[in-house]
Amino acid sequence: MSKKIKVLIPCKEANHVCDKTQYNESSFWEKIKLNFHLLYCKACRKYSKNNAKLTQAINESEVKCMDKKCKESMKQEFEKALQEIQH
Amino acid sequence: MSNNLINPNNWIDLYSDYLYNYTISRVSDKMVAQDLVQDTFLAALKSMKNFKGESSERTWLISILKRKIIDYYRKINSNKGKAEVRIGYNNDSESEGDWLEERVADPYDKTAEDILQNNELGEAIHKCLGKLPKKQADVFKMKTIQGLETEVICNELNITASNLWVIIHRARTAMADCLKENWF
Repeated sequence: MSKKIKVLIPCKEANHVCDKTQYNESSFWEKIKLNFHLLYCKACRKYSKNNAKLTQAINESEVKCMDKKCKESMKQEFEKALQEIQH
Repeated sequence: MSNNLINPNNWIDLYSDYLYNYTISRVSDKMVAQDLVQDTFLAALKSMKNFKGESSERTWLISILKRKIIDYYRKINSNKGKAEVRIGYNNDSESEGDWLEERVADPYDKTAEDILQNNELGEAIHKCLGKLPKKQADVFKMKTIQGLETEVICNELNITASNLWVIIHRARTAMADCLKENWF
């Protein structure tokens, strides 16, 4: 099979594209292949549905995270204090 | 006799994001929130021996954080000579002073129902994030919550892109399963 007409993709790849789609990083052609895959694969349909739900939930929750650098410096300070207490 | 043991070594990994979220929705300033979280950890360290193990570590830390937030508002208000605190924390005088006790989330804490629901959802997400292995949680947070580019994360954590997607996939599967039980 030449590369051009490779429409059928294995589940593993479909899931990968689905993950990418959640971050808007999949290409148009990939999306077509994913949707075609979803037509005949029930397991991946389920995964896609849950995945979209997860993305939606996280967007809705407006959960925020601390910067990694900030956390790191916090950790250092904390460890210093911890040692002072233990000694 | 304490049911809950205290172990400060992994406090920051386990609770810093949770505390930060709690703070940011109340003070809405990044730097202030970070400082308050830091203060909370240090204060908790100092009063570790007062921890009776009646509540979970997290509840205990939140109760300290609440005090810190109140103190913060007192401080910025005192300049005007008006010590009126405007945030909606639980301010009935009965529970004054027993902030080390176990307390359920107080109903006066939130103003509208959607905020309430949002907080519950946030709580569920944090709970699930806490169950993930550390690496998966880190990658998932950076990618999904902070919205960083794939390349940036790869550089910072020193992993390949395909490696990152595998981690993301595992994290998403675990998160979806966990949230299904606790939320959906």
